[in-house]
Amino acid sequence: MRVTCLFFAAYRDVFGAEQIELELPQGSTLGALIDDVRARAGDAALPRQLVAAVNREYASVETVLHDGDEVAFIPPVAGG
Amino acid sequence: MNQITVIVPAPLRQFTEGRDSVTLDAGTVAQALSELTSRYIELRRHLYSDDGKLRSFVNIYLNDEDIRYLEGKEDAGLAVGDEIRIVPSIAGGVATAVEVKEVEFSPEEMSRYARHLILPEVGPEGQKKLKQARVLLVGAGGLGSPASLYLAAAGVGTIGLVDFDVVESSNLQRQIVHGTRDVGRPKLESARDRLLDVNPGIEIEGHEVRLTSHNALDILSGYDIVVDGTDNFPTRYLINDACVLMGIPNVYGSIFRFEGQVSVFYAKQGPCYRCLYAEPPPPGLVPSCAEGGVLGVLPGIIGALQANETLKLILGAGDPLVGRLLLFDALRVRFRELKLRKDPACPICGENPTVKELIDYEVFCGIREAEAEGRRLEASVPVITAPELKARLDAGDPIRVIDVREPSELNISRLDEAELIPLKEFPASMARLVQSNEEIVVICRSGRRSAYAVRLLMDAGFSNASNLTGGLLAWSDEVDPTMAKY
Repeated sequence: MRVTCLFFAAYRDVFGAEQIELELPQGSTLGALIDDVRARAGDAALPRQLVAAVNREYASVETVLHDGDEVAFIPPVAGG
Repeated sequence: MNQITVIVPAPLRQFTEGRDSVTLDAGTVAQALSELTSRYIELRRHLYSDDGKLRSFVNIYLNDEDIRYLEGKEDAGLAVGDEIRIVPSIAGGVATAVEVKEVEFSPEEMSRYARHLILPEVGPEGQKKLKQARVLLVGAGGLGSPASLYLAAAGVGTIGLVDFDVVESSNLQRQIVHGTRDVGRPKLESARDRLLDVNPGIEIEGHEVRLTSHNALDILSGYDIVVDGTDNFPTRYLINDACVLMGIPNVYGSIFRFEGQVSVFYAKQGPCYRCLYAEPPPPGLVPSCAEGGVLGVLPGIIGALQANETLKLILGAGDPLVGRLLLFDALRVRFRELKLRKDPACPICGENPTVKELIDYEVFCGIREAEAEGRRLEASVPVITAPELKARLDAGDPIRVIDVREPSELNISRLDEAELIPLKEFPASMARLVQSNEEIVVICRSGRRSAYAVRLLMDAGFSNASNLTGGLLAWSDEVDPTMAKY
């Protein structure tokens, strides 16, 4: 199955893209996708927990993904 | 059984076919609510949790007395003609704390607020709520500027400001509450003058301190709503925790280059900041506005949205951004809304909170550790001062100067003698330097990144490298004052 990953703010620099498509085995969880994504960050420092929203809803790592899902990675931002 | 009336607040009228009051027969408060929610089934889940208890954010008043303070509470008996009032605390927090009838408007105020007074959602009652409201803005910078200007203009009666900075010329590109003539003045003084010029009928309370774990509860106490316009993670976690502990809403906004986030963190009704971000990011992952840059109008948009949320909370109008995170992308002009959920395991607002008082947020965010490590790093490498480097370059000594900043930073300031190798590319480019035996001086803005680069060179066996201590900031201070600082 195929899911779309969206990156926001500083993650666009870290991953070098605003959006990527990833192929995952059926039944993969958000946690598995996060591991995959983390491996693509190289040695960039990432938070221990990556906050992600599946289909515009904040989701836990146990969430099972489906073909066509959109997963948004939202870094914490502090500027003011 | 006695005939009584239940008053339904505006946000809940969508479940009562638009009725603002319902007359029914009941012997106790509990019976009345049971009868009401059996007539309007949808109302039930808004008033009661799954285990049948009244939700914590629903306040029930019997003839203007909170039933929590009545003998028998929900079992309190009713008399004919009694009035039961449902007050969701967000609309009620401000509204019920205020004796609205005591407020009078002068002819000048009637005219000033005319466009509000003719709005059914505001009207004279709403305008009185605004006048009675007390809002604390933490940070009088990019977000605090537009937020404070609109709240002042709207007639929010008391605006507290927390800031201890001085206006700098690099602020003026986005911090529109301050003007060119204010450069060098404390931001609090500058903002006070501007806000009182916008609206002389309000009170400005200045708190010229850094918000800390020691003073936060004192400073926040007495305010109905906090607007978070700070620029660092420790203060954001501090504001969140203080608001949760005090039971008040935190109108959150944050910006990065071309993107912004807005939400209302109100633990009584929804998630808090820690439910979204349980842990701060490692220091250095997220550049600050100073390091990462920010489009000047972006905080204008985000800060105005914060003002909008604040006014809605005071008025009890519309749907606040509780449980929703709004993302804005200025380059694409795209808004995206994400649903948030309350984390039952949240350490401060969850079911078994472990954080029951304010903590040391600099330690929590790893700032102290990162600072100490940075200082250790700087102390571990050979240094050259700005005047020394200047003298050596003037004497024609063969020194290779390497600038490890980002290319965009060269537009602001540069040394003509320096070649650019951004820190990211440094480890890969270093190999061809290590072969040579020339003397190298590495420079950056403050001397931190260049110290890291010198450390890399030393670890690779290259011994004739040193760090420009204090960076180009020191060069500007000690050698060439015309060099721009940022």
